[in-house]
Amino acid sequence: MTNMDPKGLTRQPPKRLHAETQAVYPRAVDGRFRRLKWAVMTFCLAVYYITPWLRWHRGPYSPDQAVLIDLEHRRFYMFAIEIWPQEFYFVAGLLIMAGIGLFLVTSAVGRAWCGYACPQTVWTDLFQHVDRLIDGDRNAQMKLAKAPWGPGKIARRLGKWSIYLLISISTGGAWIFYFADAPTLAREFVTLQAPSIAYSTVFVLTVTTMWFGGFMREQVCVYMCPWPRIQSAMLDEKSLLVTYKDWRGEPRGKKSTDGAPLGDCIDCGLCAAVCPTGIDIREGPQIGCITCALCIDACDGVMEKTGRPRGLIDYVTLEDSAREKQGQSATPHWKLIWHARTLIYLGIWSTIGAALLFALGTRQHISIAVSKDRNPPYMILSSGEIRNAYAVRWKNMEGRPRKMQLVLDGPAGAKMWSEDMAKDMAARDLTRIIPADTTSPLRIYVTAPAGTAEGKLSFTLRALDQDGGQVSYDTRFDAPGAE
Amino acid sequence: MSAPENEHAGPRVDEPTGTSTMGHEWDGIEELNTPLPTWWLYTFYACIVFAIGYCVVYPAIPGIKEGSHGTFGWTSRGQLASEMDAAKAARAPVLAALDATPIEDLPKNPELLAKAVAGGKAAFKVNCVPCHGSGAAGSIGYPNLNDDDWLWGGTLTDIQTTLEHGIRQPGDAATRTSMMPSFGRDGILKPADVQDVVSYVRQISGQEPGNASAQRGAALFAANCVACHNPDGKGNRMFGAPNLTDKVWLYGGSRTAITETVTNAHAGVMPAWGNRLSPATIKMLAAYVHSLGGGEAFAATAAPAADAAAQTATSTGQ
Repeated sequence: MTNMDPKGLTRQPPKRLHAETQAVYPRAVDGRFRRLKWAVMTFCLAVYYITPWLRWHRGPYSPDQAVLIDLEHRRFYMFAIEIWPQEFYFVAGLLIMAGIGLFLVTSAVGRAWCGYACPQTVWTDLFQHVDRLIDGDRNAQMKLAKAPWGPGKIARRLGKWSIYLLISISTGGAWIFYFADAPTLAREFVTLQAPSIAYSTVFVLTVTTMWFGGFMREQVCVYMCPWPRIQSAMLDEKSLLVTYKDWRGEPRGKKSTDGAPLGDCIDCGLCAAVCPTGIDIREGPQIGCITCALCIDACDGVMEKTGRPRGLIDYVTLEDSAREKQGQSATPHWKLIWHARTLIYLGIWSTIGAALLFALGTRQHISIAVSKDRNPPYMILSSGEIRNAYAVRWKNMEGRPRKMQLVLDGPAGAKMWSEDMAKDMAARDLTRIIPADTTSPLRIYVTAPAGTAEGKLSFTLRALDQDGGQVSYDTRFDAPGAE
Repeated sequence: MSAPENEHAGPRVDEPTGTSTMGHEWDGIEELNTPLPTWWLYTFYACIVFAIGYCVVYPAIPGIKEGSHGTFGWTSRGQLASEMDAAKAARAPVLAALDATPIEDLPKNPELLAKAVAGGKAAFKVNCVPCHGSGAAGSIGYPNLNDDDWLWGGTLTDIQTTLEHGIRQPGDAATRTSMMPSFGRDGILKPADVQDVVSYVRQISGQEPGNASAQRGAALFAANCVACHNPDGKGNRMFGAPNLTDKVWLYGGSRTAITETVTNAHAGVMPAWGNRLSPATIKMLAAYVHSLGGGEAFAATAAPAADAAAQTATSTGQ
């Protein structure tokens, strides 16, 4: 070794890949955004818990749960809409709309999803309220965290974690009701009669809820979630952000020491204390800011007390912040929303929505699928007639039995009969009653006179009741080639 | 640069990377101390703990004569056996119902019939495909089971009998049996006579117009063939004598093929499956073959019955 640099001989701790996790004890705050957050949280939780219990009458043949993902029978019910697996593109379309909807919301009002409606935010908020309920507000929590373990602390921790567990179990528990008849499953669940997948689902969701909501919290947003990264690519100087107006607040301080004028910020630190992700918004826009606006509430309260105008921290674009600095008035919020990007997203979003609605309104409630026998492709009967066989599936996607007619369009003289009838009843059409919400498989035999050449053949399925409907399926008729 | 450095001076920090070294060096090459990430390490330990547990619970440790049995004595063979038992138990009610139902009554129970057809399809793949083909379309000498031409009868009962006792099986009293003479080879007919008979057969099957040869053949046919093939040439199922007037030919309908048949005769055989398969399996096979589109004596012929069948269709798939 020749390197004798004395600095090289000192021990240094190894580099860490991320910052040391700082526990966050957000302080309670009241204000208009806090109240909005309460409302959104109540709404989201209500939707989540109540939806599976809503009833929707669909007649005797279908379940009466308003929203039901019936994996067992491969049906998806959502109020008046029933979706079969092959119509899953409706769900895919909804998911695409949800994605573009996020872009739309982001371009209009910034990270509102993160701040108000994201389940991680909602449940974290809920758990933080539990913390305050059991341990008291920020200072009490910090004191308790530092306190040595004793009976009091153990009792409080056990109490808090029990409530965590209760919330987690009911979160996981509510999820399974979307996949089966809620009242039945609830009864089965408590009497230990439910299928094991129900229990394992509840267990997994209980663990994840407890872990993410109770302990991981803002770390999920900062380290695990891809959305903040995507958002940082979507935000620009025209995006609505929670912004500290440094031109107004700085230099911050309680009392000027050298007589120089101070900014509006009295450096009370309340904005950082109330932050659920533990950041200081005065450092500027950052990935940890979920724009929940609780710091705005906190700062507005302080500004009111100190007799200064509200909005030192406010929802404002970087562009407007600069404009205000020069004494110009900011763009009103309603005007901000209507810029090109928002309108483009809105256009894409509504086009997909309209296309889905159109498809939903015009979709057929009957369907037919034909698979032709290829082994053997054709048969010669003793009379010399050529026979082909087809597996025809009649689909009745309505919640009532329907009378349907299958009509053959094929070579001249071709006739069909099915496995459930005798050959001498062969005809160009067959009529059957298809049970509600069912696919009926039927084997169809088609004969054509000797000498018929191979060619096209199609089946048309017609509903014979008032609602009607007609679908066709093109297939082929095989015959021996000319010898 | 000045004093030689002690090789065991303890770890130092490597400046370019800011990482401490392990404290040893070989010819100036040092090793940086870059420990595994904690989460990785604990996952690794957890895996070891899991593996030990696994080795205890499952048979994992090999021995000289036999390996360890694990806590619960689990074996893959045992699992297969229990799954097979479960499958057997699931099938048992259907098989019992099949045993209790005479085959001619099967069409009265559409649900059971459907299950029998499905089971027969599987049994067919195992037992019948080598001769009759996977689509049951047969080949030269092996009957096509999809068509409506039957040597020994095409009702459920007929098919069941054929399956159970086989064709031309010595030692089975009830086997289907018959023997066509080798008219040419044994000198019963002279080669020219054989050609005349062939002309006649091709005439009655509509493949050739009548001519003098066929006229001579008609007389020879009446003298030699009608006992089995009937005066009208439509065959006789009692002897498995094929209908010679239709368009289906087991050994081919060309002049060459018929000449070969009349000269040397054919006598196809089929095993007596009653010796090998259970009665229920034979019923399922019969139901499957009957369902291929050529089955005779179809039970319910009226459309309303068909409606009922459609209504009881149980599939709710897409």
